[in-house]
Amino acid sequence: MIEHLRLHVGRAFGRPVQTWNGKARPMEAYDARRKQWYSTRILRWLLEAGPGRGKVLALTDQDLFIPILTFVFGEAQLDGGAAVVSTARLLDPAAAGDRRVVMERLAKESVHELGHAFGLVHCGTPGCVMGRSASVRDVDLKRGDLCPDCRTRLAERDGKGSGA
Amino acid sequence: MSNEKTRILVVDDEEIVRESLGGWLEKDGYSVSSAPDGRAAVERLKAEKWNVLLVDLKMPGMDGLQVLEEARKLQPDAAAVIMTAYATVDTAVSAMKLGAFDYLVKPFDPEELSLMMQKIVTQQALVRENAVLRRALKKEHRFRDFVSKSPAMQKVFDLAQVAARSNSTILVLGESGSGKEVLARAIHAESQRAEGPFVAVNCAALTETLLESELFGHEKGAFTGAIARRKGKFEAAHGGTLFLDEVGDVSPKLQLDLLRVLEDRRFHRVGGTEPIDVDVRIIAATNRDLKKAVADGSFREELFYRLNVIPITLPPLRDRKEDIPLLVETFLERLGVEMKKPLEGISTEAMAALMSHDWPGNVRELRNVLERGAVVATGSIIQLADMGLTRSAVAPAAAREPGTLEEMERRHIAEVLTHTGGNVSQAARVLGIDRVTLYNKMRKYQIRKDGGEDDAAPHGS
Repeated sequence: MIEHLRLHVGRAFGRPVQTWNGKARPMEAYDARRKQWYSTRILRWLLEAGPGRGKVLALTDQDLFIPILTFVFGEAQLDGGAAVVSTARLLDPAAAGDRRVVMERLAKESVHELGHAFGLVHCGTPGCVMGRSASVRDVDLKRGDLCPDCRTRLAERDGKGSGA
Repeated sequence: MSNEKTRILVVDDEEIVRESLGGWLEKDGYSVSSAPDGRAAVERLKAEKWNVLLVDLKMPGMDGLQVLEEARKLQPDAAAVIMTAYATVDTAVSAMKLGAFDYLVKPFDPEELSLMMQKIVTQQALVRENAVLRRALKKEHRFRDFVSKSPAMQKVFDLAQVAARSNSTILVLGESGSGKEVLARAIHAESQRAEGPFVAVNCAALTETLLESELFGHEKGAFTGAIARRKGKFEAAHGGTLFLDEVGDVSPKLQLDLLRVLEDRRFHRVGGTEPIDVDVRIIAATNRDLKKAVADGSFREELFYRLNVIPITLPPLRDRKEDIPLLVETFLERLGVEMKKPLEGISTEAMAALMSHDWPGNVRELRNVLERGAVVATGSIIQLADMGLTRSAVAPAAAREPGTLEEMERRHIAEVLTHTGGNVSQAARVLGIDRVTLYNKMRKYQIRKDGGEDDAAPHGS
């Protein structure tokens, strides 16, 4: 699964991707009352305790939130160094048994959040992976890659970022 | 997404909410700012233009509903959404009553927030488009200060436009308050003389001798009180337009004088011997039936033909009631600017009353009714009661405190003028006196044409 994701993300951004498995977990990001993880705190922790180079994408099966929303699929710092994506909400009952569907959703949301880390905002082009997805249905309606406009925007910003 | 222009203000005392909501919305390409309390929010509302306000209900000091109330006054076009930790029917109802777009219960479902933002952006785009279309539409229905979509007025506009380009004399016919002077000014502004002066004379307001000297000027010593040489309106209008209002009320002697000027384009000052040449475009107006006046001998036939070169008749408002909503909108826009008061419109009952009124005083009366409504109205919507339209409800004079003879005369004249909607000729007929006498009494008692106290000249359009 990780390997599939590594290839997909590498292809989407045309950059080398390395995997890293740290043992530590950002316990300060856990909200016991909500039984969810506060994604913004995870991002902060990633910058301090993570591998420390390029853009970092964290993957988790735990449910994520930001205080104003009931949940998020993931979060990233706009034009920043860190992103996080969770599979928790991507496993809706219809897809629970279908590993391929979940894999595809995870790949889309990973590219999406990394897109933010590379400075891209939400895109209105139908099917573009940078389109806002507020539900699993929205995720399924998107393609897995960036639209030509987003590619151009990314190329214009190139030189600023390094590998993911 | 084309959200670049949508500006959002997040008002919440919790920093974590401001940050997480701001971050989430920024990724949609919105421009987001935040305020930590109600007071700061009001300052930002005063300083900048916002499209969307996301306001927390419970904040120390000024709460969300108070912010909403201020926002309605400062930026009524901004869509306000109330955020609350737990929705109660009461708060939701209060928020919606205060004009909130919607309310959200914290924490929000991402899809709910997303859909609501889309709804706001779409709605605001429609409102903008609507405003652009309305402006375009109004332009089509516009001739300078006139607005109308009635076919009869469109014909007037077309004729006025053509007439403006010529130098011919124009005779504007129409009831009192139908906008004869406004049309004359519009024609002047559209003409090649637009850079020249526009001079208006009310021929019915002055006695024969005074009008003569007003029109032609006088030499020093021409009559008792003529202590210096004075230029008349004809000279003042040189190179421009002379508007002779209520020309049907000019005395037979002055009719002859006017005829001479129109024929020769030259005249003498009162008491003068030297002829003065003028280049003046004449626009005359009257609410009298001049043909009838010619027939009964009270108006010179030759002068009528001299004036009646291009006759333009303004239809009375009761014959173009379809224009009332457009006129209401136009007047409220202007009144709002003049009075520095946000006026959004009038209530349905008020509009129904305007539509069923007979408008003896025409557009001028409508404007006066709206002006009164705008002054009296407590909110931005004028209510039926604000306009004081129920004139029949005015207590009869007999039921009031008895006063001096002068006081009774003043009251009676004001009442009759109110009744005729500012139509002075009609009022004079009712009172059984001539117009000059009525004008003199109006000046003496400081009564306006619409029957009100004289503080400012009434406007017509």
